[in-house]
Amino acid sequence: MSSVAISKKTGFGATLWDYLTTVDHKKLGNMYFFAGLLFFAIAGFEALLIRIQLMVPNNDFVSAGLFNELLTMHGTTMLFLAATPLLFGFMNAIVPLQIGARDVAFPFLNSLGFWLFFLGALFLHLSFFMGGAPDAGWTSYASLSLYSPGHGIDFYVLGLQISGAGTLISGINFIVTIITMRAPGMTFMRMPLFTWTTLISSALILFAFPPLTVGLFFMLVDRMFGANFFDHTMGGNTIIWEHLFWIFGHPEVYILVLPAFGLFSEIIPVFARKRLFGYSSMVFATILIGFLGFMVWAHHMFTTGLGPTANAIFAVATMAIAVPTGMKVFNWILTIWGGSIKVTVPMIYALGFIPSFVAGGVTGVMQATAPLDYQLHDSYFIVAHFHYVIVGGIVTAIFGATHFYWPIMFNRVLNEKLGYIVFWVFFIGFHLTFFLQHFLGLMGMPRRVFTYQADQGWDLYNFISSIGAIMMGIGVILLVVNMLLSIKGKPVNQRDYWGDGRSLEWALVTPVPFYNFKQTPLIRGYDPYWIEKHEGNKEGMTYAEPLGDIHMPHGSILPLIMSIGMFIAAFGALYHPDGVSWSVPVIILGIGITVACMILRSFKDDLGYHVHKEEIIALEEELYGKGGNK
Amino acid sequence: MMKGLKKWRLFSLLAVMTVFLSACGEEYISTLKPAGAVGKEQFNLLLFSITIMALVVVVVSVLYIYAFLKFRRSKQGEDYMPKQVEGSHTLEVIWTVIPIVFLLILTVPTLISTYKFGDVAAMEHVDENGNKTALIVDVTAKLYWWEFAYPDLGIVTAQELVVPTGEKVYFNLLAADVKHSFWIPSIGGKMDTNVENINKFYLEFDEESEGLKDGVFYGKCAELCGPSHALMDFKVKTLAPEAFDAWVASMKATEGQTASKDSADLGEATFAASCLGCHAVSSVTGMPSGTAMGPNLSAFGDRSHIAGFLDFNKENLVSWIKNPEKYKPGNLMTGKYKVGNNNPDELSDEEISAVADYIMSLSVEK
Repeated sequence: MSSVAISKKTGFGATLWDYLTTVDHKKLGNMYFFAGLLFFAIAGFEALLIRIQLMVPNNDFVSAGLFNELLTMHGTTMLFLAATPLLFGFMNAIVPLQIGARDVAFPFLNSLGFWLFFLGALFLHLSFFMGGAPDAGWTSYASLSLYSPGHGIDFYVLGLQISGAGTLISGINFIVTIITMRAPGMTFMRMPLFTWTTLISSALILFAFPPLTVGLFFMLVDRMFGANFFDHTMGGNTIIWEHLFWIFGHPEVYILVLPAFGLFSEIIPVFARKRLFGYSSMVFATILIGFLGFMVWAHHMFTTGLGPTANAIFAVATMAIAVPTGMKVFNWILTIWGGSIKVTVPMIYALGFIPSFVAGGVTGVMQATAPLDYQLHDSYFIVAHFHYVIVGGIVTAIFGATHFYWPIMFNRVLNEKLGYIVFWVFFIGFHLTFFLQHFLGLMGMPRRVFTYQADQGWDLYNFISSIGAIMMGIGVILLVVNMLLSIKGKPVNQRDYWGDGRSLEWALVTPVPFYNFKQTPLIRGYDPYWIEKHEGNKEGMTYAEPLGDIHMPHGSILPLIMSIGMFIAAFGALYHPDGVSWSVPVIILGIGITVACMILRSFKDDLGYHVHKEEIIALEEELYGKGGNK
Repeated sequence: MMKGLKKWRLFSLLAVMTVFLSACGEEYISTLKPAGAVGKEQFNLLLFSITIMALVVVVVSVLYIYAFLKFRRSKQGEDYMPKQVEGSHTLEVIWTVIPIVFLLILTVPTLISTYKFGDVAAMEHVDENGNKTALIVDVTAKLYWWEFAYPDLGIVTAQELVVPTGEKVYFNLLAADVKHSFWIPSIGGKMDTNVENINKFYLEFDEESEGLKDGVFYGKCAELCGPSHALMDFKVKTLAPEAFDAWVASMKATEGQTASKDSADLGEATFAASCLGCHAVSSVTGMPSGTAMGPNLSAFGDRSHIAGFLDFNKENLVSWIKNPEKYKPGNLMTGKYKVGNNNPDELSDEEISAVADYIMSLSVEK
């Protein structure tokens, strides 16, 4: 399964050490992917418990308090700890290959970003075993979260603070990588769409996470030291939290959905055997969506009482986003128009995505209609809407891309038949679950309710919705089974597995060696591999340099230790309000470990090492047989 | 001819939507069966936007399905090499401009309604005697119950809002502890009750609630507020203007009413000793809106539900008093008194039964 395919047998300890210290973007991509998958499974399980509870009226499957913990952790985990890392997995694994880079700009930071995310996520999930999870919703509105007893909210604040730092670091890393590390000839307007969306969504991370960090910090000192940022009886204001949260929270949606758009913009042209229609307008639409994404946060607060003028402005701004999004949809349709459509598992996800996402988009416009939103807000209608966007848009992208990029990431193929079964079970389950929820909302059912009384007209729809959720669960289990089965599968050992690859990553023979490109490629146009292939270039790329020594960075355990330091400090901060004597020493110890690692890293220069020409030739012969990567 | 056909199609689409949507839900809670002017306007906006959106979905679906069916590789041949088109400026302009036009059309009613619903200037209007001309209700949301005070009438009630039909009723919304949201789905959209500022809006009640299933419209808390958020229901009784005036008069007549510890009635005496500290039995309390510790019980006997959601009968009331935590986890009534049959400071079964009888007898309508 390893992307460094030296077939020497290594012990478990050595492999573990390799992964703990790796700075290789491909391995980190895999680690992001599997960590994301783990949290996706946990949050999906929480969703199942939620739907079982709501299957029938007046159910007592879970208690009211536990239900609130489940819904909070489901939302928080899915957005921060599942969708984000899964997409980061693809960004890490694919973007450097698409732009012809040997690695990301800051491999050390890449590793640090992962470990901060992972330990922050782990910290948040420990709350289940240490006195109760957060229970104020993923939005954690200030009045309720300050009122919430126990340590749940502290876990939320500290866990997200740590994992958010990791996400921010990764975002910056991608921006620098894409701006500075493109191969010669890879101009901005030749970059594949997935690279473009990664760039824009990383820019959104850069601007959106700081407001969240500020909000979480205010909440932290409110709860730890009794500051009064949000306590209105002491002059604080809870609406400030709503603004800070949504100034982050709305761009967050685009942080996730833009890379999903990017993935589909890679999948659709390959299986339509046709160039992406309207490339430049796709790029323009991406940038415009990213920009407008910051102008609309208050549409989450139409009922907060901001007044008609604010509501009117944000309503119109929100509707404006529909325009670039619509451009994208039409461009995808025109890409398959006149093409030669081959239905494969990745493609069927793309085909399922278009109508599902359009359905989610139009309900978004309906909610942008502020006076109508007074009815829809915080009802099941909004639950249906954002699940259509997130599941119909982002999750289908992740599942489709999993099949699409599995050969590059793991040199194996996912079973196609099982892939179709998973698609249909999941896709039907998805519509069954969420379509009727629109009507539940319109019929007056508020969201985030742990139970409901019988005979309000909601019983049947809730029951059907729960059946759909169970189908989605079965689909995900089968997908994991498919992944496990692929371990036993035959290695792919070829380039361009799908036969119609266009961008640079398909020019590489799998398994991809740890240095990616033995010679940096020369990019001669948009869809470089397609160009080379159709000019009869058997090697798949033209090289920009002769074969020479390759400079690579050393692995390092420091990112893990630094993250553990923050993890330890978080426990001190968590118990500080209880007045325990060890809290401050623990905070100092944890931060001390992190700072010590930073000092060590600053004084001990890692100059990296060179892979010599002869070693490259030897490795390539070992990987691909006589003649190397030809 | 074509134009007429298109109009007819649009109309039939609208008609189908109306039938489909209005078939959904119960009339006392569904936004699809609006019983007030605000809700009706929102429902029309729903139909209008859904029609535009359905049009978008249809256009996209037709293009998409056509492209998918026509350009399959099985039809094109395995070796078919499509023309590698870069794009089309004309098409880009078309699908940029047409959605903008659609959105501009949608913007017009959006802006009109936004300002209309936001207009609460009438709350300040006074007649020649300096009395407010509009009916104003102060809504205070508390963990997990609602207080409704009528500041200009000097009365207060809880859990069941009583309003007249046929006029705009204005609301001052505030939360006493954490944020809640005030929503009567079949009457109109919601507005949050914030902790730090008073939100103002109005609703109109067009139909009397008497003929409904429980004789009331259902109201909901729409903002997560803790474990019992799902149970923080209230009810709305709408009365014809004369009936409302009569109700106000009989509520005012409860002035000075109280429970006495020395009463011969065990229920009243127990209530006075254990409950009166939080629950007033007079609607005219003289206290500022929102300051009551517990729901005002002066019209308890007229309610349709206990604790906002349980069926109205003595059995439920007794169970509720014995263990409110079982029904509404996290409520603030739990622990304010002791229940048991052993010590004199505990409420015995007999006392609770008597208290229930007493509370249920508090009525202004019977």
